[in-house]
Amino acid sequence: MSFLSSTDFWFLVGTSLAKTIFLIFLVVLPMVSYTVYAERRVSAMIQDRLGPNRVGFPISLLGFKHDFSPFLGGLGQPVADAVKFLLKEDFVPAHVNKPYFWLAPCLAMIPSIVVLSAIPFGSSLFGVDMVVAGINVGVLFIFAVASVGVYGIVLAGWSSNSKYPFLGGIRSSSQMISYELGLGLSALPVLLIASSINLQEITRYQVTHGWLLLPFTDGHLTLSEILLWIPALIAFTTFTISMFAETNRLPFDLPESETELVAGYHTEYSSMKFALFFLGEYTAMIAGSSLIVVLFLGGWHFPGIPDGSHGWFWGLVSITVFFGKVAALLFLFIWVRWTLPRFRYDQLMKLGWIYIFEIALANIFLTAGILAFVK
Amino acid sequence: MAYVVPRPNLTWKEKIYLPSILVGLMTTLKHVRRMLAGERKVVMQYPEEKWDSHMPEHYRGAPTLVMDDKGRERCVACQLCEFICPPRAIAITPEEIPTDSKWAKVEKRPKEFDIDMIRCIYCGMCEEVCPEQAIFLRKDYAIVGVTRAEMVHHKRKLYELGGVFDGLVHKWNPLK
Repeated sequence: MSFLSSTDFWFLVGTSLAKTIFLIFLVVLPMVSYTVYAERRVSAMIQDRLGPNRVGFPISLLGFKHDFSPFLGGLGQPVADAVKFLLKEDFVPAHVNKPYFWLAPCLAMIPSIVVLSAIPFGSSLFGVDMVVAGINVGVLFIFAVASVGVYGIVLAGWSSNSKYPFLGGIRSSSQMISYELGLGLSALPVLLIASSINLQEITRYQVTHGWLLLPFTDGHLTLSEILLWIPALIAFTTFTISMFAETNRLPFDLPESETELVAGYHTEYSSMKFALFFLGEYTAMIAGSSLIVVLFLGGWHFPGIPDGSHGWFWGLVSITVFFGKVAALLFLFIWVRWTLPRFRYDQLMKLGWIYIFEIALANIFLTAGILAFVK
Repeated sequence: MAYVVPRPNLTWKEKIYLPSILVGLMTTLKHVRRMLAGERKVVMQYPEEKWDSHMPEHYRGAPTLVMDDKGRERCVACQLCEFICPPRAIAITPEEIPTDSKWAKVEKRPKEFDIDMIRCIYCGMCEEVCPEQAIFLRKDYAIVGVTRAEMVHHKRKLYELGGVFDGLVHKWNPLK
């Protein structure tokens, strides 16, 4: 503790703990369960059905006169789902490799939560920056930790010791390694433009210069902003596509592909271990959407809304704005899933290696050229 | 001779694939909008809304036993339905009608008449084969129970579901 005085140290520990608990237990985990609910409702509406619209909150058990079922109906569904998962039999087949079989669900869930620690999810509240770990290597840290997530899937596939999980695990490893490249290279133009890899710095750049995807949000358009708009658009497209592949969402859900591989890597899992894969996938979606929001959509900034230094209310508003943007992107994830069919395996590899990789690589040079021209 | 299917010449727009994705997204969004606006109503909310009023006359629901308008059970325990029943859901124990009874002329009646609703396939053969028109498939379809024993409909339950059915006259009618 040589670099921090004792009070500073305890202040840091206390605020970090408070931020972690707020972020994980009050925002992200509820968001995960309601993303599952949204997935079911939106998919139902796309297919001209209604989806789960029954389960309310059974507060009549607590002595109230009626159950509470707010406007849409079915809002108690995530709670019922969680209870169902916890009460199901946790069946471990005899032929599995037990240590890895137990380790895999944790490895699927933990990296996506850890990724969230480096995301600035609000401006500041009572003078404390709303990021759990405001590290200078933010983007690198996120890519490093997010790529650990592939181990969860690979280990699940391998330790299950049966053919469908094995195929799913193999597909997943090759897919995630291929698209990791595209993902990293698509993020590079943003880092060049903001000339920082600290996510807070990138957000601050976008507050003053307008969001990268929508450069007019700072109130005016300059020539350099219009020129930089082109690489930003390309980077956003490739980054989003790679993010879909990284989170194993349709049209890139080859590791799961129910029609071919039963359920893919989690075929042998049941009960809460299966639920962890499920939660891991949705947490990864939230982490990915947060990253897209921070890199391209201006983070917690919204035109006309002051930042957290103007009072705690605006701090809370900035957090709401951030998660509102994340929710919009989650809707995009769900929307795309129920629109597009799955890619064939060779199409997936071709898209990753021939198109995304090349376009992202060329985009870096384009960005560098434009930056050299305008600065 | 082999027939060669010509490859379509894709335009530049089709090749980059993104415009068609947008078209697809708009199609699905249209469905969401219609559902939200309530323009499309394709789902019946089952326990609240039922299709009972739309059921056709020939609907084959649970098999039931019927009384005639004079309060006599029509079944004469001939056991034809028991023999024809493909899944063997029906079990009948016949009994003689005591001589002092009002319906002694009929001679036989079922002492017990059980239909196992777990086995029943609602085929309607029992109704078809019955010479006395005593068994009918009614419109009850929600047959539930928490045990296997509960799912067996005994004689009393069958008459309860069937009720009175006055219709064709037959040869045992004493008032004829």
